[in-house]
Amino acid sequence: MLKIENLSAEIDGKQILKGLSLEVAAGEIHAIMGPNGAGKSTLSNVLGGKPGYEVTGGSVQFMGQDLLDLEPHERAAAGLFLGFQYPVEIPGVSNVQFLREALNAQRKVRGEEALSGGEFLKLAKEQAGLLKMDMEMLKRQVNVGFSGGEKKRAEMVQMGILDPKFAVLDETDSGLDIDALRIVGEGINSIMRSADKGVLLITHYQRLLDVVKPDKVSVLADGRIVQTGGPELAMRLENEGYDLVMADA
Amino acid sequence: MPTTKDEAWRYADADFLANANLDALSHWRTLEVPAGETRSEFMYKDSGLESAGATDRLRVHVRKGGRFEGFYIIAGGRYQRVEVEVTLEEGAHFEFGGVTIGGGDKVQEFVTRTIHAEPNATSNQVVRAVQWGRSTGNFLGRIEVVKDAQKTDAGQNFRAILLEKGASANTKPELEIFADDVLCAHGAAIGQLDEAAAYYMAARGIPPQIARKLQVQAFIGDAFVAIEDEATRDRMMEQALEQLNEAVL
Repeated sequence: MLKIENLSAEIDGKQILKGLSLEVAAGEIHAIMGPNGAGKSTLSNVLGGKPGYEVTGGSVQFMGQDLLDLEPHERAAAGLFLGFQYPVEIPGVSNVQFLREALNAQRKVRGEEALSGGEFLKLAKEQAGLLKMDMEMLKRQVNVGFSGGEKKRAEMVQMGILDPKFAVLDETDSGLDIDALRIVGEGINSIMRSADKGVLLITHYQRLLDVVKPDKVSVLADGRIVQTGGPELAMRLENEGYDLVMADA
Repeated sequence: MPTTKDEAWRYADADFLANANLDALSHWRTLEVPAGETRSEFMYKDSGLESAGATDRLRVHVRKGGRFEGFYIIAGGRYQRVEVEVTLEEGAHFEFGGVTIGGGDKVQEFVTRTIHAEPNATSNQVVRAVQWGRSTGNFLGRIEVVKDAQKTDAGQNFRAILLEKGASANTKPELEIFADDVLCAHGAAIGQLDEAAAYYMAARGIPPQIARKLQVQAFIGDAFVAIEDEATRDRMMEQALEQLNEAVL
């Protein structure tokens, strides 16, 4: 589904990704772990098309399309969902309006009919229920006044409503307590665990991987993937630390 | 004939003033609000691109415990000015909401003079400017609190968003206070649209044009919060946002 080849990228003239290659097949949940400053968030930002990042080499194929050739909103319409490490507050715009505009913009690109207000609310209610989120929260302004945990939970509700083909989740587990972690993890499973979907799960810690069992685990260090293995690799990283595991590689 | 050397005309369009008709310029509409009653005014000012300019000046006297509320959109051409002078008796209230929105080389301005002539009167003014091209949005708000007008509570807030380099906004609050037990709050800020919010919306599939509209809608909404009738509020919002369609950014 997602094929990254020899990707190099920089921000403010500083090279962060240095020839990163990675492939995620349909039906696969692929965890990316790595020390601070390795380039995990940069990878997520480059895949999303965040302004300020410059791709200096390599390619990214997403379901047969050149992902880097698409504008950020076109990437979303193509089925890519980006879970933000720090979800952005948008004062004055309600979650309901925001998500309805987003969903209908995506549907338009795909040649599907727009959902009516009633149809949308029904869908939103279902998805919010799945993540144990009150509909009242969805009527509030996007992320304004939400706690760290609520923001992450709202991200998953957004993912449920937009129903993407592929999700890049950047430290979705940060700022979550144990209960919220479980709810979010189960949300990822129920929304994205499917033979025709894929997930790139960027995380620091093993604990999310106890709930969302990855098929593959890769270690990102100094701008490239240095090791790929099965779920047992995440356990080793947790127990032995990055330095030891990477020294072995 | 006023010139830009006059304080209340300092940001006005000099060419317009030089060629204006003095009678038209000196004309004031007048309104008296009886004690305990409310008068409201909702106006959409669009003099058209061809027009050299237009001014609308209104002088209001609010009797004891009365309320005057005025909500205005300036979308007009070359030079458009809405000026409101309000005198408040004991316990009266003045509510003002204004939006300037436009591009090209339009000069759009609100000028208010609020006279708290007796104790316990309150006033609240919210002005939002959205400018692009080489246009200018201005707010000159003068508040006078006479001697003995104790317990006056006057608030004024101006914010501008400049969608393009070359657009500008000016504000100049003037407070003249001769009573000592008075609350006068003033705030002003000039900025650009929030890029982080724009990227967040794009990441959910919202194209830049709709993202901008949502952000502007949230921004100008502040000026119309005090409109009680929802249908009227929606109509004002729509009229203002229509102007954005003209903006090719």
